[in-house]
Amino acid sequence: MYKGLAIIFGFLFLGELIESLGIPVPGSVLGMLLLTIALITGIIEIRDVEKEAEFLVKNMSIMFIPPGVGIILYLDLLKENIVAIVTALIFSFLITLWATGKVVEVLRR
Amino acid sequence: MNTFGIFLTISAYTFFSWAYSKKKTPILNPVLLSILLIALILKVGNISYEKYMESARFLSFLLGPAVVSLAIPLYKQINIVKEYKKEIATGIITGGTTAILSAVYILKAFNSPEILQRTIAPKSVTTAIAMGVSEKIGGIPELTAVLVILTGILGNALAPELLDFFKIKDRVARGLATGVSSHGLGTARIILEDELSGAVSGLAMALNGVYTAFLLPLIIELIV
Repeated sequence: MYKGLAIIFGFLFLGELIESLGIPVPGSVLGMLLLTIALITGIIEIRDVEKEAEFLVKNMSIMFIPPGVGIILYLDLLKENIVAIVTALIFSFLITLWATGKVVEVLRR
Repeated sequence: MNTFGIFLTISAYTFFSWAYSKKKTPILNPVLLSILLIALILKVGNISYEKYMESARFLSFLLGPAVVSLAIPLYKQINIVKEYKKEIATGIITGGTTAILSAVYILKAFNSPEILQRTIAPKSVTTAIAMGVSEKIGGIPELTAVLVILTGILGNALAPELLDFFKIKDRVARGLATGVSSHGLGTARIILEDELSGAVSGLAMALNGVYTAFLLPLIIELIV
């Protein structure tokens, strides 16, 4: 278990190190990319991290709740812009779904 | 250290997960309902967000290592990436870009504040990555998280029906459209209809997260 966690936190640390050099991408995303590359090239073996990583991914949902509760700090901003936000969410979702589906379907013919 | 926040979060999530297992409708999303209930409790009890976060912060701290762990499903599906690389690349560039631009420009049309445009820009990406991107580009990560979940609920409730309505039948196209528009929650629905669509959708979600993380910091100043 500790080996898997050491690998995961090691790549997170590496990602954050690169981020701190001035790359404007979250360190965790950089860590994910580097770990994927390490797995593909065989530097890291999947069985060494699989269990720990899958536990974290499976339990990700609950981790969003504490920051999500932070909406209480922005209720006024939300209220003032609620029509714009709802419109943007619905139409952006529709356009994205439609455009992606159409483009890929045409490509597949 | 107080344990109030962590106790409240785990209890709320356990309860709403149980409720969801009884009636699997997307609006009963356990994360969204937990957020709303806890927010209400804090408001009514006049408890500060800071007080709540004293212990609840521990849970969100795990988001960093959890994002790194997304490398495992990505690696396991690498064969699908290779098989459909042209479709996946095209779908992500189309969908990832459309999701950002459409949301930002609609808020612009309403003259909404710049900070909201930055907050909504990553809303089609899986929550943990979206929050990280939001922070990077000067948005409000807490609001981004809620907007992401609401977007996911739209996809979970409507993606297959809308794809039927748009007459998009190809399984790879359906998966890509769902993954790039509504991330994990959309994926959870489309995977019930078709295994290939579901696998492609999950990959589209992960890769769109990476694409958006690199693209948004480069273009955000040009579009807000």
